[in-house]
Amino acid sequence: MGETIQSVERAAAILRLLAGRRLGVAELARATALPKGTLHGILRTLVHVGFVEQDAATGKYRLGATLLHLGSSYLDVNELRARSLNWADGLAGRSRESVWIGTLHEGQVLVIHHVFRPDDSMQILQVGAYLPARTTALGKVLLAHDPYEESGGDELDLVRSRGWAADLEELEEGEVSLAAPIKDPSGVVVGAIGIRGALERLTRDGEVDMRYVSYVREAARAITRDLAR
Amino acid sequence: MYAAAIDQGTTSSRCIVFDHDGNIISVAQREHRQIFPRPGWVEHDAAEIWAAVQGVLAEAVDGLEIAALGITNQRETAVLWDRRTGEPVCPAIVWQDTRTDELIAGMDGEIFRERAGLPLTTYFSGPKVRWMLDRGLRERAERGEILFGTVDSWLIWKLTGRHVTDVTNASRTLMMNIHTLAWDDELLAALGVPRAILPEIRPSSEVYGHFRGIPVAAALGDQQAALFGQTCFEPGETKSTYGSGSFLLMNTGAKPVVSRHGLLTTVGYQLGDGPATYALEGAIAVTGSLVQWLRDNLGLISSAAEIETLAKTVDDNGGCYFVPAFSGLFAPHWRGDARGVIAGLTAFVNKGHLARAVLEATAFQTREVVEAMNADAGLALTSLRVDGGMTADNLLMQTLADVLDVPVIRPVVAETTALGAAYAAGLATGYWDGLATLRANWHKAAEWRPGIDPGRREREYRDWNKAVARTLDWVEKP
Repeated sequence: MGETIQSVERAAAILRLLAGRRLGVAELARATALPKGTLHGILRTLVHVGFVEQDAATGKYRLGATLLHLGSSYLDVNELRARSLNWADGLAGRSRESVWIGTLHEGQVLVIHHVFRPDDSMQILQVGAYLPARTTALGKVLLAHDPYEESGGDELDLVRSRGWAADLEELEEGEVSLAAPIKDPSGVVVGAIGIRGALERLTRDGEVDMRYVSYVREAARAITRDLAR
Repeated sequence: MYAAAIDQGTTSSRCIVFDHDGNIISVAQREHRQIFPRPGWVEHDAAEIWAAVQGVLAEAVDGLEIAALGITNQRETAVLWDRRTGEPVCPAIVWQDTRTDELIAGMDGEIFRERAGLPLTTYFSGPKVRWMLDRGLRERAERGEILFGTVDSWLIWKLTGRHVTDVTNASRTLMMNIHTLAWDDELLAALGVPRAILPEIRPSSEVYGHFRGIPVAAALGDQQAALFGQTCFEPGETKSTYGSGSFLLMNTGAKPVVSRHGLLTTVGYQLGDGPATYALEGAIAVTGSLVQWLRDNLGLISSAAEIETLAKTVDDNGGCYFVPAFSGLFAPHWRGDARGVIAGLTAFVNKGHLARAVLEATAFQTREVVEAMNADAGLALTSLRVDGGMTADNLLMQTLADVLDVPVIRPVVAETTALGAAYAAGLATGYWDGLATLRANWHKAAEWRPGIDPGRREREYRDWNKAVARTLDWVEKP
């Protein structure tokens, strides 16, 4: 290996430290053992190119939007729908429930794909509609993986660790929704897929029927694999 | 128990296994080579296709009990093989191949339109067979040493040892009489094809034979299989498959309707000993490929799906219309002298408007074919069943409903082509008990309803027609 550039290595170390958390200058200085002047210079440069952002309220640093989109090169929502089409149909066929795919848009869930519940009842296409984030399974999955979401709370921690979310009558009385994350090749969550249906179909003895959770998670993993191709 | 379908397409072979509800259980896919020996020539190696089909079949049905196997295939592609060895005697000539254009230029097309229900063009199998026989194979063919088949026939021969074809594939050869559903001696004489090489014409759905114990029980051309998979069993029911090009098929019932508006008359399907069900077919050459053109030739988008994002940056087409007559106008105009036009340009028009015009071109072309079908069949379309990759484009589907003024409906299983072949096979073996059961399996995944006012609909269609008029007379005759 040839000569390496020390300041680039230091910048890379700072980016690694900021992955998934927010740190102040003092914490970064401790972790990197860099003089504050040097650290400030590197941070200023990283903020300038958009790889790092500084929170106006707390003064802490976090990874910038430019960096987040670098690996995923920004997935168009219509592209996500096109890539998900067959898997979403398969999920509707297996679960016999309506299927929904959403992305986070200004704090709400934007519905980018909707497959009717396959029972030929009267249903209206909801593509383009917004759902609340905090009371839907889609929203919980998306918030749990949102890099800008402040204190996630215990529930979102659980969603992140177990890989799926549920809403038990939180949006509509008598309705349950389940969802799991869709990830791009760099591991960034780009959307969530889930089903919505009646409480009596999707739960047993007050608990979510795990059969449906596995259908949803399998569809999410299949789309994730498809996006990696 | 499951039902399986081999979907032998132009670029790849797939095998899909379905359960009794029509859900996909497994999928396997293998591509094969596209051989381009000269400009305008397109060939496949039939032996390579057979190897691919064996591969996907083994992979998809691995460990599953299969009650019926159906075949759906690229249509019109012609294969000649040795009766004794079972090996191809020359490359298969693919449907897109235009090497027979000089051959057919010297022939009278009227008899083909009357008896075969088709225009005499390079697409169909007959002229391709004639071309191959003229290259040193005629004597062997007349001695009965060589067999002809479309891809369904080739695969059934390999799978079961029988030399048969299904009636929908036979209806694409220019050699079958569309009224009698039998090989027609006058058509054969006009083409110069000996009867000895032809397969026996059989219904689309019956047990042709067995492959390793699995009943091989259906064959349908790809577009007919999609019609069947969409459960368009009643006259007037129509499906449209949106890919690079698009194919509309309308079920016209038990009688062939000879088109006065430039559509093809074709067999939709024939179940066992029952009567054949006919269809009118309208092909649109450029639909999805126009989106690809915007991506590859203009670079305005980086993936086909992004056209919707770009089109949604504006509210309408800004007065701009795009008629993609890249190689002339097809159904219902049939004007080879036409070339593409972007009309109505002003300083106001931007790339978003152009993206809208590209999507609307697919909708307006669909309306032209639908109007021709309604006029020919004396039926009025009440809803359009759609499938294919472009159905992922929500804005396109809404535009289609707005332009056609009927609901546009996408079924849950997008793989309607393979599903149709599996359905036809499962009916033959009793895996499914009847058409009503198949209908009960068909469910709406999405429905787009007309949402614009009638005045705007007609004004925009009038503008489209003005743009179409401006494509004509571009190529001058020598």
